[in-house]
Amino acid sequence: MKFRKENGPKRGLMSRLQPALLGAGTLLSPVLARAAYDVNIAQPASSISSQIYDLHMYILYVCAAIFVIVFALMFYSIFKFRRSNGAKPDVNFHESTLIEVIWTVIPFVILLFMAIPATKTVLDMKDTSNPDLTIKVTGYQWGWRYDYASEDMGFYSNLSTPWAQIGQPGEKATEQKGKDYLLEVDNPLVVPVGKRVRLLITSNDVIHGWYVPQLGVNQYGIPGFIKDVWFKADRVGTFKGQCSQICGKLHGYMPITVVVKSEADYAKWVAEAKTKWAISAPSAPVAAAAVAIEAPAPGKTLTLADLKSAGEKVYAANCVACHQANGKGMPPNFPALSGSKVVLGSMDAQLDILLNGRPGTAMAAFARLSDYEIAAVMTYTKNSWDNSVGKAVQPDDVKAKRKS
Amino acid sequence: MASATTHDHAHGHGHDHEHDHHGPGPWTRIFTTTNHKDIGSMYLWFSLLMFFVGGAMALLIRAELFQPGLQVVQPEVFNSLTTVHALVMIFGAVMPAFVGFANWLIPLQIGAADMAFPRMNNWSFWLMIPATILLMASFFVPGGAAASGWTLYPPLSTQGGIGVDMTILAIHILGASSIMGSINIITTILNMRAPGMTLMRMPMFVWTWLITAYLIIAVMPVLAGCITMLLTDRHFGTSFFNAAGGGDPTMFMHIFWFFGHPEVYILILPAFGIMSQIIPAFARKPLFGYASMVYATASIAILSFIVWGHHMFTVGMPAAGQLFFMYATMLIAVPTGVKIFNWIATMWRGSISFETPMLFAIGFLCMFTLGGFSGLVLSIVPVDITLHNTYYVVAHFHYVLFPGAIWALMAGVYFWLPKWTGRMYNETLGKWHFWLSAISFNVTFFPQHFLGLAGMPRRIPDYALQFAEWNMISTIGAFALGFSQLLFVYNVFSCIRSGEKAKERQWDSADSLEWTHLPSPVPYHTFETPPDLRGTNAAH
Repeated sequence: MKFRKENGPKRGLMSRLQPALLGAGTLLSPVLARAAYDVNIAQPASSISSQIYDLHMYILYVCAAIFVIVFALMFYSIFKFRRSNGAKPDVNFHESTLIEVIWTVIPFVILLFMAIPATKTVLDMKDTSNPDLTIKVTGYQWGWRYDYASEDMGFYSNLSTPWAQIGQPGEKATEQKGKDYLLEVDNPLVVPVGKRVRLLITSNDVIHGWYVPQLGVNQYGIPGFIKDVWFKADRVGTFKGQCSQICGKLHGYMPITVVVKSEADYAKWVAEAKTKWAISAPSAPVAAAAVAIEAPAPGKTLTLADLKSAGEKVYAANCVACHQANGKGMPPNFPALSGSKVVLGSMDAQLDILLNGRPGTAMAAFARLSDYEIAAVMTYTKNSWDNSVGKAVQPDDVKAKRKS
Repeated sequence: MASATTHDHAHGHGHDHEHDHHGPGPWTRIFTTTNHKDIGSMYLWFSLLMFFVGGAMALLIRAELFQPGLQVVQPEVFNSLTTVHALVMIFGAVMPAFVGFANWLIPLQIGAADMAFPRMNNWSFWLMIPATILLMASFFVPGGAAASGWTLYPPLSTQGGIGVDMTILAIHILGASSIMGSINIITTILNMRAPGMTLMRMPMFVWTWLITAYLIIAVMPVLAGCITMLLTDRHFGTSFFNAAGGGDPTMFMHIFWFFGHPEVYILILPAFGIMSQIIPAFARKPLFGYASMVYATASIAILSFIVWGHHMFTVGMPAAGQLFFMYATMLIAVPTGVKIFNWIATMWRGSISFETPMLFAIGFLCMFTLGGFSGLVLSIVPVDITLHNTYYVVAHFHYVLFPGAIWALMAGVYFWLPKWTGRMYNETLGKWHFWLSAISFNVTFFPQHFLGLAGMPRRIPDYALQFAEWNMISTIGAFALGFSQLLFVYNVFSCIRSGEKAKERQWDSADSLEWTHLPSPVPYHTFETPPDLRGTNAAH
């Protein structure tokens, strides 16, 4: 390259650097990519995601080859046919049916070779027949529920990263962010290794996306509809994912964790899980959404202080993101509870909102919490901040309301 | 006011003073003007303003994503910012900018005196103002602006407050404005060409706009229907998209993307037109394969109607649906490739010089090709499923929209400023603008491919620690990118104010009518008598 060709005295820094920059601009990013940062799809852990991984690498290499050819031609013409190099235009070279046909047909053929393996994988992904295990996945604002129909059990799975690690605008996080920041849950989905697991995915409120890249699953949960996908994990381990479809305020805070266990470990886990989360045994205590609080003996009347301290934990796990630790909320979307007419008013109205949500707003139904948890969190809200109702709500009140 | 200033400068110099007698004053003039050049400038100034409004939102988004944790905005404000950033950039910046170019250039390039419906032209500009006010004001109403992403998927969009209704109304008005603009453009092109300006002699910019205008007329009403159903679901008890009432949220996606996919070609086809004017001018050689360029543009437009399903591979459509949409999507690579190859062949055996418009055009070619590759990767259903709604998609569409649509607009402004204003921009500053944009754009968006491949979802205000490094780099790039655009503004203003005098044919090989038949700056009224081009060899 002849950079020093004299072109008059007005040649500034920019025009002298230009040829070098033309190359550097497009090369810059790939160079950065050589640092020790993640640059590719994570190691696949299922038969489907292995196919996806290979397919992606294959398409990437084909694109890279085309890239080299196209950019070589482009930069060759830029360097070779530049006026500063004395190039004269060949104004008659502006049409050729043959060339047009060639560069229409060749890409078409390349595409055929991309479409064939892609089609195979699509058909494999769509074949959800003969599952060894079927689990129903329900998206909530903002968490997941997993129901194991064959085991007659189900449970919720929520973010377990404390808000103290997340912080607020203008309010620094008070805790160090952990290794699995925003990717950790209280109750992970557990599946056996090497089995065809079929997921029936749906949603309780808005559209969510159940996305675990290493298992090759990314499927919308659509309220009112059930869609099925499948995967077969090929090794034991823990695989992380997140909600992929924007679903409101805490879309970024509803992670997914899948723990793949050996068949023996899985059986052990099921036996234990059934004692906690059996569906048809209503007497069994239901675990909290995001925090385990000890359930008291049924029918026992609890003191206000007990309920309030338990309620603070329930509040921190379920309510604090919107209504805030100081109970002031973030009006108008997320109203204050401190001084709220609903909270200070009748128990019935507040219970109704907690159990059924407020349609058309971000207030979701929290019927999934146990009677004890709802009683505790209500007692907490009625007796915290500026609120001092001085009365406790008992689990039996909640139970009565649920039945009515 | 800004536009009034331009016109005074644009037309106040040189030999043309007749327009001074046209309006009583600058304010009355900008409200009542029916002159295509005035309206074109108003569109361009408006879109420049909105480009910075949308850009400011983008920088807020990137500032929040600089580090993990919440530092700058609340999550729901973050969601509103991503939503309105997209709407502002699409409906406020890119589309009006192209309409501005159409207003300025189509009459000049086909030898017409003005647009076919000058009063409607004025009206379609002024409709955008209340629409924009509605959209921006939605940030300040109870409940805040729409926060469901610009696609407004129900049921999430049914949850929002009055801000969502304001957004719906704003989109309605903007859609009406676009439809009126398109009717005007089609009528002008089909009826008002100078004698001898046959369809296959029209400059490519006119061709691409003719096709784009048909796309707009075809799909904007679909969008209007879609958001009207959303509105009635929100307020009048209908259940189009509510499963509990017999509706289906998936139907919204189908209708929305039937609009949405042609919309992305509405944003890029006029850019192809600008490229096809600029590259030949600086390669000093006619556009290679003019006819095949026209056919390729039309093929892309037709294919754009049958590929919408590729935006929704993860809704769980049947295998046959996935395969159909995958094959159709892959097919678009063929005519798009033809365009790229033709541009390269235009440079081949040319005599290329690298003034600012050409730099942006070459930048467009490189970056748009990269965006095309990531588009091809995303067309493959299984790969798309693992990348859907991740930052890979964000990187992909910014590669085709920023160096695609927006660089084409920048290139076009640098290219036609001498003709519009009669003055030259500052070449050195223009080159700095290009190189700073090119580098910072890639620093911003290339790492987002890696983030997406590693599984980072889009539209999240906070992220896991493994994504921290690339996000930080991306944010640094974004701020550099944002602030380098100020060079552009400065360059435009200083060009209008005190640029060197431009030649009538500033670019020696530019051969459309505005360069060959009109002085610089172009007079306020042009082609009152159409030029007779029969028998001449007017090139494209």
